[in-house]
Amino acid sequence: MNPFVEMRAVSKGFASASGRVSVLEDVNLEVGEGEFVAIVGYSGSGKTTLVSLLAGLLTPDSGTVSVAGKPVLGPGPDRGVVFQNYSLLPWLTVFENVHLAVDQVFAQATDAEKRARTERYIQLVNLSHAKDRKPGQLSGGMRQRVSVARALAMDPKVLLLDEPLGALDALTRGTLQNEISRIWQADRKTVVMITNDVDEAILLADRIIPLSAGPKATLGPAISVEIERPRDRKALNHHPEFKHVRSRVIEYLLGSAAQRRATRARESLPLTLSNALGEA
Amino acid sequence: MLKITSARGSKGLFLPLLGILFVVAVWALTSSTWAPALPSPARTWEVSKPYIVAPFEKRGELDQGILRFTWYSLIRVGKGYLLAILLGTPLGLLLGVSKWFTRSFDPIIQILRPVSPLAWLPLGLVIFQKPEPAGIFTIAMCSMWPTVLNTALGVRSIPQDYLNVARVLQLSRRKTLFRVLLPAALPYMFTGFRLSLGIAWLVIVAAEMLTGAPGVGGFLWQEYNALIYEHIILCIITIGVVGFGLDRVMGLVERRFKTG
Repeated sequence: MNPFVEMRAVSKGFASASGRVSVLEDVNLEVGEGEFVAIVGYSGSGKTTLVSLLAGLLTPDSGTVSVAGKPVLGPGPDRGVVFQNYSLLPWLTVFENVHLAVDQVFAQATDAEKRARTERYIQLVNLSHAKDRKPGQLSGGMRQRVSVARALAMDPKVLLLDEPLGALDALTRGTLQNEISRIWQADRKTVVMITNDVDEAILLADRIIPLSAGPKATLGPAISVEIERPRDRKALNHHPEFKHVRSRVIEYLLGSAAQRRATRARESLPLTLSNALGEA
Repeated sequence: MLKITSARGSKGLFLPLLGILFVVAVWALTSSTWAPALPSPARTWEVSKPYIVAPFEKRGELDQGILRFTWYSLIRVGKGYLLAILLGTPLGLLLGVSKWFTRSFDPIIQILRPVSPLAWLPLGLVIFQKPEPAGIFTIAMCSMWPTVLNTALGVRSIPQDYLNVARVLQLSRRKTLFRVLLPAALPYMFTGFRLSLGIAWLVIVAAEMLTGAPGVGGFLWQEYNALIYEHIILCIITIGVVGFGLDRVMGLVERRFKTG
């Protein structure tokens, strides 16, 4: 199988007050076409950096990123991004936010076609009733649905979800997980989702890849989720595979954090900082 | 909306009136004691009355109703202000988007910014050889800085998220400007526009005094030379009230854009 999304030996660091900090080191990722991969990691471990690299908003210091066989050189609508903080333009209505994307990607289509496409994706996330409202008049969950509609309406080759549900309350989160699951099963896009919620990853993904604790975070071994779809949230809790996957992911993450702590202690960094990382 | 204002207004009017009354009392006291040349409030009213009750009357080139003079001044300020915005907004946008541009031009802007209208006007006369464009030039040169600086600040304060959206969608430069940069910076820009208008109005008196153009400022200076001091006070009050009104109107416009 030729990987559809590929990161090879990717490293990325940032300049900071105390010198250069390496956020990601030697990251290798392969995602097949139509596959739903979840990357699970601690907050601050470089998850958003990873998505930004895939989106082309950042360029790697070394290594290569490619999508559909072509190297990623910059951002583009073939990779639809659902940002952590929704990133809707507050002066545009729901319709206008989605339409802006449609208008840009389907520039040759007629006005009627563009409108119809916009309406269809707003309908897909069940927001037709709110299409003339501005983002400020919507709840967090609704905003995130607009963001999903905007990303999907661009008909991207890959959908990048950067902690899409991180800012939502547990109930809304559950509802939206079901919606993402429903939409994905209907159109089987290639998805890379970043999350810090292991259960969410198990519910949605084909494969889960843990991201070790940062700095110098890297991807751990992939763990396949062999649970038939549609997955039922309630039944899932008692599924033997669920428990198995869950414990493997958590073990890896805890292991990487412990290792990080040990390294930090050796490097005799301030104790408080290593504590904070351990608890994160 | 209107109801709330009026309900609050009747109650809230007492203290402002008290403040005005206090100032008028100090004025009356001053004119009756140690500054006898200063006309008293009553005398000011008497002498100014023909200019107030027939505010649009034109009895001669230099003898017109106060609102007619104000109108001339407003037109002049409007022209200078428009020029200030037309120059200041693009300048601010460039400062906001380009570090290179900021490094090159920010120092000279900081140097030109505090220059007084009294200094610009003679230069305007030298350049344009005529008082009218010199006045407009002065108003523009003095009032554009808040627009420049606030527009630049507005552009710099645009959240990275909005710019990321533009990048992911690969919006053209023009579309990024009109669909993302301008709308996002608009609240800041309006703050700049409001401050600029305040300055433009402030400059009018100086501009008209030195050029002798008909308007409230010109009238004020002419009446000083004609020893009719009551009219100086009439002009001061008019300038103040009009400036206050302009600021209020801009404040309303600004608020509309902030909530939107």
